[in-house]
Amino acid sequence: MTAGETAVTIIGLALLTVLTRAFFLLPERDLPMPAWLQQGLRYAPLAALVAVVAPEVVMTQGQLIGTWHDARLPAVAVASAYYFWRRGILGTIVSGTAVLLTLKLGWGW
Amino acid sequence: MSLLGTTPAPLWRHPAFARGAREMSGVALGIAAWGLLTGVAMAKSGLPLPLALLMSLIVFAGSAQLAALPLMAGGAPIWVVWATALCVNLRFVIFSAGWRPYFAHLPFWQRLRMGYFTADLNYVIFMRRFTEPRPEPEQVPYFWGGVVTNWCAWQLPSLAGILLADRIPTSWGLGFAGTLALLGLMYSLVADRATLVAAAVASCAAVAAYALPLKLNIVVAIAAAVAVGLLIDHQTPRRVQPEDDLT
Repeated sequence: MTAGETAVTIIGLALLTVLTRAFFLLPERDLPMPAWLQQGLRYAPLAALVAVVAPEVVMTQGQLIGTWHDARLPAVAVASAYYFWRRGILGTIVSGTAVLLTLKLGWGW
Repeated sequence: MSLLGTTPAPLWRHPAFARGAREMSGVALGIAAWGLLTGVAMAKSGLPLPLALLMSLIVFAGSAQLAALPLMAGGAPIWVVWATALCVNLRFVIFSAGWRPYFAHLPFWQRLRMGYFTADLNYVIFMRRFTEPRPEPEQVPYFWGGVVTNWCAWQLPSLAGILLADRIPTSWGLGFAGTLALLGLMYSLVADRATLVAAAVASCAAVAAYALPLKLNIVVAIAAAVAVGLLIDHQTPRRVQPEDDLT
């Protein structure tokens, strides 16, 4: 790609960001949306989060991890324990990352 | 609370703006770690510096950027890059349907602007705060408080990552901080048995469908969770919500 083509690609990507994020916000008139779908949307944010988190925790390069010797598992266990103890997201991040870095850098997992 | 449209006070002076900013700041560290790594990835993909900065600043969608980078580096046709980003962004189309009951009454350009700035976590945190799908005056300042916080927490580390790519160790697994932020947020959304079951189904679906290209496993997981959630809602008719039927 030339620099010009790359710039066009990037501008197109930015337009795609607006278009997808504002998609159902843009029409002036209400689109006919069934009530059950509107109701079911309350499960969408949680599902999207889970869908990103689960593979990041239990998979490596598209395969389920086959060992307990993986720093992510104790990191997630400690972060989860912290969350249910204190209900704070910042502490969840810090405690889990501390375990991960200790195991990776200290023990070479 | 002053009436809508009669307040000359700037949006950021509204107390709801501060609340929106505060509630987003809980996950800001995770967003920052993730932004930093995305910036590093952009610089290391061989994108020239000005274009990398432009991409971070205007595309403003981490997953789509990460999916597009290897294609652009490999000289794929432009439409392939765009089609890939479109698929990765499909979840935003689903979210935009969720925004509609809150913001449909606003002017077109404002809706467009708000749409552009809403990242995943803005949606998640806003919907946790305002569970009833109807407009309220403090929603717009709350929204912008979260958006400004998210934008800074993402863009500043992303730009730092582009500029300092060679000095940031990626082998430490710092990107996992972003996953842990999502983990905490995820737990905060599990409210009852229906959401717990929907989350369990979504996790299985996301792992099982992981081999699908273009992160479509996320769309599959959302569809599965919505279906299961609705099934549970209909089997256990707990409370009828009259506000769903009005308007």
